[in-house]
Order: sequence, then structure tokens, then C-alpha cells
Amino acid sequence: MLAIISPIMRIIEIPMLALQRLLGIHKLAWVFLLPNLLLFGIFAFLPVILNVFYATTGGDNVLLMDRPQVGLRNFATLTDCGNYLDPNSCREDKFWRAVWNTTWFVTLQVGFMVGFSLLTAIILNREIKARGFFRSVFFFPVLLSPVVVALIWKWILQREGVLNAVLDWSGIGGVNWLVSADWAFGWSVFLSVWANMGFYTLILLAGLQAIPRDVYAAATMDGASAWRTFRKITLPLLSPTMLVVLVLAMIRGVQTFDEVYAFTGGGPGTATTFMIQYIYEEGFAGAPRLFGLAAAASLLLAGILVLLTLVQLWVNRRNVDG
Amino acid sequence: MAKVWDFLTATRGKNGKLHWTDWVSYGYLFLGIFLMFGPVVWLVISSFKTEADLQRFPPTLLPYAQETVMVDGYDAPLPLFVMTGGEYEGQTLAQLRRVGSQAQMIDPANPDERLRVDIANREPVEKLSLATENYTSLFERFNFLQFFWNSTFITVTATAIMLLVNSMAAFALSKYEFRGRNFVLLLVIGTLMIPQTVVLVPLFLIVTQLGMFNSLWGVIIPGAATPTGVFLLRQYMITIPDEILDAARMDKASEWKIFWRIIVPLSAPAIAVLAILAIMWRWNDFLWPLIILTQSENFTLQLALNSFQGELQTDWTSLLAMTVLTLLPIACVFAFLQRYIATGIASTGGK
Amino acid sequence: MADVTLTNIEKSYGAAHVIKGVDLDIKHGEFCVFVGPSGCGKSTLLRMISGLEPISGGDLKIDEEVVNDVAAADRGLAMVFQSYALYPHMTVRQNLSFGLENLNTPKAEITQKVDEVAKMLQIDQLLARRPKDLSGGQRQRVAIGRAVVREPRVFLFDEPLSNLDAELRVDMRGEISRLHRRLGNTMIYVTHDQVEAMTMADKIAVLRDGLVEQYGTPLELYNTPGNIFVAGFIGSPKMNFLKGKVQGGALALATGETLALPTVGFNITEGAEVTMGVRPNALQPGSNGVHARVTGVEILGGESYIYATTDNDLALTVHSPGQTSVEIGNDITLAIDTNDVHLFDTGTTKSLRT
Repeated sequence: MLAIISPIMRIIEIPMLALQRLLGIHKLAWVFLLPNLLLFGIFAFLPVILNVFYATTGGDNVLLMDRPQVGLRNFATLTDCGNYLDPNSCREDKFWRAVWNTTWFVTLQVGFMVGFSLLTAIILNREIKARGFFRSVFFFPVLLSPVVVALIWKWILQREGVLNAVLDWSGIGGVNWLVSADWAFGWSVFLSVWANMGFYTLILLAGLQAIPRDVYAAATMDGASAWRTFRKITLPLLSPTMLVVLVLAMIRGVQTFDEVYAFTGGGPGTATTFMIQYIYEEGFAGAPRLFGLAAAASLLLAGILVLLTLVQLWVNRRNVDG
Repeated sequence: MAKVWDFLTATRGKNGKLHWTDWVSYGYLFLGIFLMFGPVVWLVISSFKTEADLQRFPPTLLPYAQETVMVDGYDAPLPLFVMTGGEYEGQTLAQLRRVGSQAQMIDPANPDERLRVDIANREPVEKLSLATENYTSLFERFNFLQFFWNSTFITVTATAIMLLVNSMAAFALSKYEFRGRNFVLLLVIGTLMIPQTVVLVPLFLIVTQLGMFNSLWGVIIPGAATPTGVFLLRQYMITIPDEILDAARMDKASEWKIFWRIIVPLSAPAIAVLAILAIMWRWNDFLWPLIILTQSENFTLQLALNSFQGELQTDWTSLLAMTVLTLLPIACVFAFLQRYIATGIASTGGK
Repeated sequence: MADVTLTNIEKSYGAAHVIKGVDLDIKHGEFCVFVGPSGCGKSTLLRMISGLEPISGGDLKIDEEVVNDVAAADRGLAMVFQSYALYPHMTVRQNLSFGLENLNTPKAEITQKVDEVAKMLQIDQLLARRPKDLSGGQRQRVAIGRAVVREPRVFLFDEPLSNLDAELRVDMRGEISRLHRRLGNTMIYVTHDQVEAMTMADKIAVLRDGLVEQYGTPLELYNTPGNIFVAGFIGSPKMNFLKGKVQGGALALATGETLALPTVGFNITEGAEVTMGVRPNALQPGSNGVHARVTGVEILGGESYIYATTDNDLALTVHSPGQTSVEIGNDITLAIDTNDVHLFDTGTTKSLRT
């Protein structure tokens, strides 16, 4: 490995040395930054600007100059609703279904996720042997790819799958899980909690372990009960980490796509279609490709995410200062 | 055994007695093992089942296959049955063919005499067996190696580029004083707010215009620089004392040499963490490849898996085997490096 | 030859003026020590000479050549850092070789030079180890070795002994001096410890607030300090200062006492405000001099220190040979050796020596 890299680095050194002579040491920093900034510029900042142009043009042409200006019509299409709570009254009913699906999904998923992660972290933080092993047990699914996660559970939940076999055997009787809208939605929530909770458990566990043991010793000396110690010491001291986890889970929850798309394909019907899938299908999978509508939808999504990220940065900063 | 006992009695209760909360805790943890590992184990076991075995309901726990026997005069091996009733009760017979509710059987010891039996009176003779042909057929029936190569190429190249580009930027941001440094840091934070998912359309245009549509490079390049990587590495590089850089400068090392002979080796722990994260992200990447790679010869494993689950609805044998092979590299990474991954995730706090 | 000449060297960070015009002439082969309290700019000055810190104004010459804009690496200097700054991921041998590799020295020559230097500094047993497996003293030697192996024109030392314990510091002091005698190179050494300066230097530059207060040999500085600051900084324990007014050829103190003034060597004007500096060993308990009350006594066996305060609460230190019989609370009279005093203008703090 080093035998390949070393000569390459030596070759790069020649122009870098010339630049160093030319610019001096401190301006050379820009040369080190250049590749990274170029990539950020072309693949992050430029798209943000172009996104605005896409959102205000129509047609199915991908080249911007071939696209007719339509002003805010895409946004008007998206927001043309009789009653925002009822997707059927909306012109772009699929978008609103996706919005409400996403909202419900994030609410449920974040709730269960934080709850189970916290429970798991607290149990892992007890005086337990093989903590490292158990921690990795819960963390393991985080590494699995979304498609693999989806297939694993599809296999378990299929009509003649192992879960139905167990239910049949116990006399409850099987269900055709993924054909029922409610069950498919519920299992989507379950699946994403299953796949991601290890990640949040890890962060919460780190937060718990950062609480000094002395504080607990002091509480014990003060005669506090276990429950009181938890309520009055653990929870308040953990709340900054909790907040980070909460916001992070929301940011990622809003962007859920991969595992659910591979799991249900958004169905049955549109029961598990979320915002990213809507953007994907309008812009890339459908015909005609409605880039304008997709861009407008992603701008709305971006608004939500920027808001959440700002909250996250604020929370992080507050934690650092505190 | 002593270890197990120690483990079970590692308690909060004094006098070596388990407090009820300990019981609950261990109960929860063992349930966790079952819920977290169980599905994966079930997947792996199932992937070794034959087609026939997979269609059995209720399923058996372990993969079984019907025993067969070679009989003189027949080219193919014949399936074996044990008779549970009728006139041949107790005998083990090989089946030639089945006609309605009747089957033509022979006794392997006496192959010339054909026997007719009611199928209700026989039961297959089975043994544990791993249907490895599920795996071998993947290589014959599909372009599996091509998908595997595509995934590997993307993962390795993207990780390498990312490590180089991000560590260069982190070096500049941690070890140089220059005008505009805070502005650049702000830009990096800014990119943190622009996940790929919200700029899919314009990103698609840019990548297409750069001629990278349907090319592996179209997946590699757009994500080659990550704000997370810059922050993670910068945080680490700040802790390297400036005097070491000064010493190297006095030793006539160029700035580039300082970067790759001093800074990079000294940041190895952070770079390793980032490398593992990058490998994980890239190997599991789905949405962007789904948009950029539309021809099946360019598919990554994830895309192939997803498209086959559409095409092969019922062909679970191939699908399960392919799923196992897709999760295998990550499982290996996990087995060897899980400690680093855990620290890495904890130190980046997400993203 | 490697003379180092500083002409009106300045350094400013934005509005902050850190070095305010320094002139120094360091001759080839000299061991020059920059000494001064922390924040005086001595380390900055050293880093400017090294090239690690850009020079804001003035000329820096090495061998008659202005090197202001020459990069650190090309000035032909080597530096030993306060924290040693060894490369933690390299073995001792790699640490020593790194600079030579950058100069494209042939491999065989590198090996030979490294072995030679390692032997000289007695680190040849440690060549395969990494810095974390070395003791403080060993790291120090490696850091010095890394400088020596480059055969620089000038060695720069930035408080190299401040991280060592007291005993080791004394050893290393001797060792660096021996190294200087053996190599004969110009060395510039920064420290805040005047004992290091006195024991090692050929020339000392005392710095304060970005200016050189005095530049000369250790004994010049000790015997004829140019101003009150240098007088107080050089010498341990510190010089005692007595303020007064010249009246009738004698120094009248605020307490009403008068002290005799030396008759030759100083420029004394009647009525001038003058500060008299008396080193602790020029002050002895006697019958005739300054009245003081003893507040502390340290008897070390071979010598004793007496701490006393005058009638107007001025602290005095007395260094007397042998074992004193003075006790705390005693009233004593301290006699001053008039031939061994220093006189300064109280206003300008400058020496009144002619």
C-alpha cells in the first residue's frame, strides 16, 4: 500500500513545493483547501442555487436553458389544496400524502427510537458484564444496508413467513402484513427503529457515561431512591444529549427513503410514500420527468431541514458552552 | 461455566443476590440479542435452504433436503420416502414418479419391481443439508461479480479520494492562519445543511453535464468531500502541537511533506475512523446510485438486490443468498472493527 | 563563519508592537543567550531568526547575507524546541534522519552521521525506540541530536531545559556547554532563567518589552549593569536597592540615614535622586550602615541568608559566608561595601557609571 502511495505523494510534492515558493506558507493553505472547496462548490452550493431555477421552470427538459419560466407555478401546484389536512382535496394529492405520511412517520419513529434507545442505554450503563458485547448487539443493524434490512424483514413478514408461522402455531393466526396499509406503515416504523436505534443508543450511552460517578455517590449519600436519582440527576444531566439525539433523529427521519422504499416500494397504494420518494418519483422515476415539481418539493424539504439543522447547531453550541 | 456464573451474578444487589432490576435488565438484553441477531441469523439459515424447503409452511428451523439414492438403470438420483402406512409400512422406497394421489415407487434393493402406493402413506426421508448451490448459481445466473466489483470500486475509490481531500482541507483549517479561515469554516457548516436528498435534481443535471451519468464516477465524485470528515479530522489535527510542524520546517520539510509525513501519520486514528465510516456509507449507499446508474451492468450490489427483489418476486433462493453476500463484507468489518466504529460514531455525534 | 547580525529588527501583530527595534551582533562561535521575563519577546525574536516567524521590519543577516525573506528551511539553522517536538510516530533514528533525507543526503551518509551523533550524545542504544518510550532527558538528547546531525551554521535553543527536573537541568547545562565547545558553532539560546544564562553564555542579551536592555558578557552584566532592570535581573539572590538623594556627597535615605558614596567611577551630582544597588554579598552585619530588623534567616551550612526590612519597610537580602548567629527579630545594622555598589539615576534608571 505504502509502496504505491509514497511515489504518488512525492510527485505531488513537486508542484506543491513550487506553489509554496510562490505563495508563501500561509497562502498555501488555499491550495490544500482547493479540492475540497471545489467539490463543495460544484456538488453542494451550485446545486442549491440551481435548485431555485429548477423550481421556477417547467417542462421535462433537464437543461436549464430549454426550460420555460413558470414563476411560482410549481409551488402553487404543490400548495393548491382545499384543506391541507385532507390530501384528497389537493391538486397534488400525492405530495400531501407524502407530507402527512412523513409527519406521522417521523413522530412515531422518533418517539419509539428515543424511548428504546434511552431504555437500552440506561440498561447498558448499569453494572453489567460484557457491556461491549451487548452494545455491539444493538449497534449491529446500523451497519446493514437499507436494502438488506428491508429484505431481511420482508422475508420474515411474507405471507408464508416465519412470523405468520409462529402466529398460526400459537392460534392467533397470520396476517398478510405488507398488503394492509396500516400494518405496512407500522412495520416501516418498526424497521427503521430496528435499524437505527443502535446509533442513538451509542450516543446516549456516551452521554450517560459522561455523568460523573461522584454525583451518584453523593445522591446515594443523600438517601435518594433509585427512581428519584434517575428523575432528578440522570435525566437533567442527560438532557443536552437527549436534545441532540432528538434533533438528529428528526433530521434523518424526514429524509427516510432507502429502507422503506426497498421494503414496501411506498405501498400498498401510497401508504408508505414519504417526501424523498415523492421527489424521486416525480423527478426521476416517472414519465414525464417533472424536474420543476421535484425541485420545488425539495426546496420545501430543504426549508424544514435547514430549520432542524440550525436547531441542532444551536443545541451543540449550547452543549459546548455549558 | 464459572464465567457464565460471574456474568449472571454481576449485580447491583449486594451479597451476590440478583436484584429484580437485574433480572429485568438481563431479560431485556437477551431479548435484544434475539431481536437484533435473530432476523439476520434466520436470513442466513434460510439462504441455505433448497427451493422446496423454502416453500414449506410452517418453515423448519434448519435447512433440510430430501435424501436421494442412485438406483441402477436410472440416470438421476431418486428421492427417498419412508412408508407410514399401507402394505409397505416401515420400508424405505425411492420414488420414480407421481401420478395424482398415487406414486410409482421402487425398493432400491430390488429395483426391478415397481410398486404403486398412496401418497398419503409416505413421508420424505430428510437430512440436514446446506443448499450451497443457491450461492454458486448466483455466479452463473447473474452478473454477480460485476455488481460486486462495481460496489467495491465505488467504495474503495470514493473512500480514498475522500480521505485525501478531507484531510488536506482539515490540515489547512487546523494548522494555518490565513484570512478567510472562519469564512471557510462557515462554508463547511453550510454544506452540513445541504444533504444530497434536497439537491437531487440540480445535482443530476451537473453530473449529467459532466458526462458522469451512468458512470461509476458519477456516484463517486459528488460525495467525495464530506463536511463531517473535515470536522472530524480537523478536531483531531488541532491537538497535534505546532512545534512539531515547526521542527519539521526547520528540518527543511516542504509543507506537503509535513502533511503526508507528519500530519497524516499522526492523525491515523481519526483517519481510520473516517475510513470505516466512509466504507460503510458508500457500500450501503442507495438513493444516489439509484438515480445515476440506470444500466444493469453498472449496478451496485444494493441496486442489484433491489431490482431483483422486483423481478424475482418468488425466487427467494437467489435473493436470500445475494442478501447474505451483500451484508457479508460489512459484517466482517463489524466483527473486526466494531470498537473503532463505536468510538467514531460517538465522536462525530452523528451524520 | 556564521555571524548573526540583527539591525533594528521589529515585529508587530496588527497594532501590537512586540519587538521594537533590536540591534545585536552575534559573532561566529559565540554562545549567545537571550534572557528576560516571560512576555519580553525573547522567543519571538528567536523564531524570527529561525524564519518560522516573519520579520516586520529591520534586517537579519547571517554571514553578511540578508535572510529576511529566506524560508526557515533554507537558512541553514537548526532549532531545539521547548517541548522537544520530536516526531512521535518515528523512531529515534528516523527522527534524526528526517532532516538529512529532506536535503537529499545519500543513505549511507545519513546512517553514518546519525550513528556518529548518537554516539556523541550517548543515545546510540535508543535508536530503535520511539519518543514515548524515552525519559525526559533522553528526549532532550534526541532533540539536540536532531539539530546536531544537520550540521547547521547556527543552533537555536528555545528554553530547552524548562521541562526537565532540577538535577537533570544542571547536567544538561553542562552537556550543552561541552557540545558548544566541541562543535564551535554559533548558538543562540533563549531562557528565562538567569542562572542558565550566567553559566552557559559567552554573551547575554537581556530583553524587556521587546527591547534589548543590555548586551554583553555575563560578568560585564553582573559587574557593570547598565540599568536597574538588568541589575535586578542578573544575579541571585536579587540586588538590593536603596533610594535616596545626594546631599553633601552622601546618599540621604528616606529614613534619615545617610550612606557613603563611592568617590570614583560614578557621575554624581549634588541634589540628584539616586538609587543605590547593593548585591547581597556586599552587605554585612556590622556597626555602621543601614538599620534593619531581621524577618528571616536561612542557614545552609556553608553560607547564610538573612532577610531584613529597613525602617521604611524596604526588604533587604544579605548573603553572608559561614553560619550566622543573627536570629529573627534582631535589630541589626548592615554595613555596605562602598567599593562594591552600583548607582543609578532613579528617574531614568540608567547607570551613573562613568
